[in-house]
Amino acid sequence: MATAAETVPAPPAARTPALSLAGASKTFGPVVALADGTIEILPGEIHALVGENGAGKSTLVKILAGVHSPEGGKFLVEGKPAHFRNVSESKAAGISVIYQEPTLFPDLTVAENIFIGRQPKGRAGLISRGEMRRRAAELFATLGVPIDPDRIADGLSIADQQIIEIAKAISLDANVLVMDEPTAALSGVEVERLFTVARALRDKGAGILFISHRFEEVFDLCDRITVMRDGRYIQVHNTAKVTVPAIVKEMVGRDLGELFPKEDAEIGDIVLKVDGLNSVGTFSGIDFAIHAGEIVALSGLVGAGRTEVARAVFGIDPYDTGSVSVGGTALKAHSPKDAIAAGIGFVPEDRRKQGLVLDLSVTRNVTLTLRHSLARFGIISGRRERAAAEEWSQRLQVKTGSQDLPVSTLSGGNQQKVVLAKWLATNPKLLIVDEPTRGIDVGTKAEVHRLMSDLAGRGIAILMISSELPEVLGMADRILVMHEGRITAELGSTDATAELVMQAATGSHEKLHMERTDEQLSIELEAGE
Amino acid sequence: MSTVTHALAVPRSNAFKRFFTAREVPVAGALIALIAVTYIVNPRFLSPQSTKDLMLNATIMVILAVAQALVIVTRNVDLSVGAILGLVAFGTGTVFNMFPAIPLVLVFVIGMIFGGLLGSINGMLVTSAKVPALVITLGTLYIFRGVLTSWAGSTQYFSGDNPKAFGNLSVDTLVGIPIITIIAVVITVAVAMFMSSVRSGRDLYAIGSDPDAARLFGIPVGGRVLSAFIACGALTGLAGVLYASRYNSVGALTGSGIELDVVAAVVVGGVAIFGGSGTVAGAAIGAVLLSTITGALTATRVDKFWQQAIVGVLILAAIIIDRVVSLRKTRKLRANEAKNV
Repeated sequence: MATAAETVPAPPAARTPALSLAGASKTFGPVVALADGTIEILPGEIHALVGENGAGKSTLVKILAGVHSPEGGKFLVEGKPAHFRNVSESKAAGISVIYQEPTLFPDLTVAENIFIGRQPKGRAGLISRGEMRRRAAELFATLGVPIDPDRIADGLSIADQQIIEIAKAISLDANVLVMDEPTAALSGVEVERLFTVARALRDKGAGILFISHRFEEVFDLCDRITVMRDGRYIQVHNTAKVTVPAIVKEMVGRDLGELFPKEDAEIGDIVLKVDGLNSVGTFSGIDFAIHAGEIVALSGLVGAGRTEVARAVFGIDPYDTGSVSVGGTALKAHSPKDAIAAGIGFVPEDRRKQGLVLDLSVTRNVTLTLRHSLARFGIISGRRERAAAEEWSQRLQVKTGSQDLPVSTLSGGNQQKVVLAKWLATNPKLLIVDEPTRGIDVGTKAEVHRLMSDLAGRGIAILMISSELPEVLGMADRILVMHEGRITAELGSTDATAELVMQAATGSHEKLHMERTDEQLSIELEAGE
Repeated sequence: MSTVTHALAVPRSNAFKRFFTAREVPVAGALIALIAVTYIVNPRFLSPQSTKDLMLNATIMVILAVAQALVIVTRNVDLSVGAILGLVAFGTGTVFNMFPAIPLVLVFVIGMIFGGLLGSINGMLVTSAKVPALVITLGTLYIFRGVLTSWAGSTQYFSGDNPKAFGNLSVDTLVGIPIITIIAVVITVAVAMFMSSVRSGRDLYAIGSDPDAARLFGIPVGGRVLSAFIACGALTGLAGVLYASRYNSVGALTGSGIELDVVAAVVVGGVAIFGGSGTVAGAAIGAVLLSTITGALTATRVDKFWQQAIVGVLILAAIIIDRVVSLRKTRKLRANEAKNV
């Protein structure tokens, strides 16, 4: 099918971009977070930035905000070169940012959170609390929300916190307002109100950068859309001249296959069975089974409830109703000990905080799960510990100068191998891996993938959570897609396409079916083959 | 999630309610109760001379607590204040010994600059080393004390060696209040104003509440924390000069162990040990409470042994009250939110 990528709309010559970034890059050690950050925001426009998780959007936002300094490229604000060394400088240049995660001060009052650092002054240059309260109340009136300016921020719901962030940004009277997924926690009414405010700001001449995974919102609100993928700028479109499928295609389109070699493994009996798992407010009606030798991917956007399901299965978090069984035996809820005894291993998303004890040696980390089997009369023999660690490090080819070095000295990929080794040493039946290759360079990524494929070949069932679509499409035998706490699609590896997964993940597939165009039809036909 | 109320009646807590949920109120209440009970048992507790002694005893502690509160609010702590106080107090004696005719004001200025310099060492180490202030200032506590010990040796300066006018600061009164107590009150009011009504003062609360958010928000965290340590050192220096005026002798051991009393006073006064909340006034009241307990126990002839235990109980009580209050508040907010859904 043809991609409707029309040429970049030429900005009216009279308008200097409020902000323009071209070819900016940013690396963290070996990880390239942003390879080509390019965006142009005109005054009086609402500009959308879309891309998969990990496409580099948040890094780009942090460059605009002055949190990170770019390593290359050209950055102009109001036509003048900008080099922000810190957040204050970005703010002084008229850029105001609402982050994905609200960053309020829990001990301060709501009013003070809005005005911190620029509280209105009254007599003798002292802060006038009355004036501060009045202005905060005014802002909330504009936004139409009843929040007490005098209460402390601690204990506010995420939605209310987000609204306070918005009030803060509005009160700054910025030329450029950046909103990184501001609607994730808001209800329909609140979103509508936010849009009204955003449009009013645009009409007053502010440039707004809007980041969202919800296509309806992007198409409803924004004038132009910039697409990013793998840390690179792909294309900018006029919203009026582009369709959802074309955008999705650009977000995910790339060469698949080679990087992710899942070999066919013999599919055996059911290892894990999850029935009607429910946790109020997090996920509901989760049913699935995983067979021996099978890799099942749990896909979806960040916040869809994937990690929460995995944590409930492994017993870290409690759930309200439903059951989890391994090999036909029901597991006790909320008991990781029981889960480990039943043969589940869990490789968490944040390996530095949850997967490893960074200051301990490679040996100690690998043998953490073996404390009981290595011990005689409660005392662990150092010799047997080293031998066991040595064996697993070799099998997984962990590259380290010495087994006694702290694991913090290893690269991300090797750290991940240590986490895997730790669980493989327990001889698991089921391995849950949450974002197995996050923050790992490409070479080691392939090694981790080969390893997972190899494990499946030996009859281990694998539940993989991943935000990287190519990884999901390349590795998984089956894909479960989650959206807002529910499984919205189950796709076999042969008929899954990036578009179908993205549509199920953004909840836009139902809508698309209703207003399908020829182009969309062709995607579905393609998918059906 | 809150829903839309069409009338947009913004809920507002009234001043009355805010007064009774303030952290300082229970401490002030405890202080008043303590004085009342002691007075009933022994009316001489509030005789003019005894009242003056109570105030004198509290004075230095109040200044130290106010200084410490500045640092604790930023989620740091300065354990070296006892040694700073000792160095400055001994330094004061030395200065008078060398220049007996030196103007008093100059001595105060020197003392505060000296204390500020020592505080800046703490501040620079804390902001550059990324190691908890607890550890850094524990280190400087020993270093400063070591310097004092080798400087002072067995030398002691007695109040008789100082100019008479200097000692009189702790004797003379203005409408019944000792001069040095008036200095402490002025300091407390000034710092309290700064902390509640000056932007950089509010920044200190923001930093203590969430240092990462503060950085993200563009607050110069390092600079503010450094200034807090310098201010703490300077005020501790002031307390050191007053110590030399108030007490009979200063030497190598002056101020030993006082840092824990100071931290205790601040915590009892309702300043959260992890920063972000509490007030200077609360810390000052906490200091008065702790020093009054000593006097009260003497007046009621309770064994002095109990004094320490009671201070301990007060610290735990302050923390428990704080936890209970904040838990109750959170629960109430949750209930409200549930109603609004």
